[in-house]
Amino acid sequence: MLNIVKKSPYETSSLSSCLKYIKKGDVILFTEDGIYAVKKGGMFEKHVSDASQTCSIYYLSPDTEARGIKSDEIISLAKPVDYQGFVDLAIDSPKSITW
Amino acid sequence: MKFGILVKESPYNFQAFDSAYNFVIAAIKKGHEITGIFFYDDAVYAANKYLDPPQGERNIRLYMDDLKSKGVRLVVCVAAGKRRGLTNDTVSGSAEISGLGQLLELSIESDRLITF
Amino acid sequence: MVDQESKAKIMFLCKTAPYGTIYEQEAIEAMIMFSAYEQDISVAFIGDGVLSLKKGQNPSLINIKNFTQTYLVIVDDFEVSHLYVEKESLEERGMKEEDLLTEVEVLKRADLISRIDEMKVILPF
Repeated sequence: MLNIVKKSPYETSSLSSCLKYIKKGDVILFTEDGIYAVKKGGMFEKHVSDASQTCSIYYLSPDTEARGIKSDEIISLAKPVDYQGFVDLAIDSPKSITW
Repeated sequence: MKFGILVKESPYNFQAFDSAYNFVIAAIKKGHEITGIFFYDDAVYAANKYLDPPQGERNIRLYMDDLKSKGVRLVVCVAAGKRRGLTNDTVSGSAEISGLGQLLELSIESDRLITF
Repeated sequence: MVDQESKAKIMFLCKTAPYGTIYEQEAIEAMIMFSAYEQDISVAFIGDGVLSLKKGQNPSLINIKNFTQTYLVIVDDFEVSHLYVEKESLEERGMKEEDLLTEVEVLKRADLISRIDEMKVILPF
């Protein structure tokens, strides 16, 4: 399953709902305001790092760059993708949920 | 691979339309097929033909025209559209108004349905 | 008739409370339309979505049609296959199965996750 988290974890339950529904082998992709979840030192660092034990974690780099978040400010277990990488993730998982 | 796209959020309050656009362009570049984009909920506002943003600001109508020129079907839900004043008279030329059956068709016929 | 095997399994994942946004109302409209096409349609309520099933709603006070009443007939009249409600989300909100306006299948989150996994498409609302 590709889980797309696009809302800020500080404002909505998008991330917390997603984390309740992930299974081993799932993919989580942070996009739009969802990317604030992968910022180093933020309060969701631990949640994302726990999820990375069973899931692969990606973020959409045009969305982090747009918001002034450089790659060295992002927790290292999250991997960047551009829109073409987003397409590849959508191919790799047979279905998706946008949270 | 065939991708169907569902856009649900308003194009001004949210980034959903832009994310969907960028995803679709990337998918086309990689040689994939887009079975269609279905606009539902407040996303239907993207198809208003009277959109008139200030000069230099992102113009959704041009993005819609670009998608159409690349052969992407842009389908506005008739019920969601009518409720918001989008009819055959007010819908932009690149989009078509149709029923929710089209969303079901995208769900069935596409290999993947991605929601924005 | 479409045979059971070739029906597409589609799930509406309702995670929004009913009146603060239009998502729930337009989700119901989509469920009803979809059900006319003889596919295998499920609806799952998680998070705030479970609040749409609360008994005794009277949205006329805020000028809104009581659209959640549709859930009373959606399985029998519209042939939606399943209405699932996540047990944990009900409990978190201080609700029990008796508080719901219609009969549903209350599932533990782990069981709902396996149902979601069987779907071809999941439509979040």
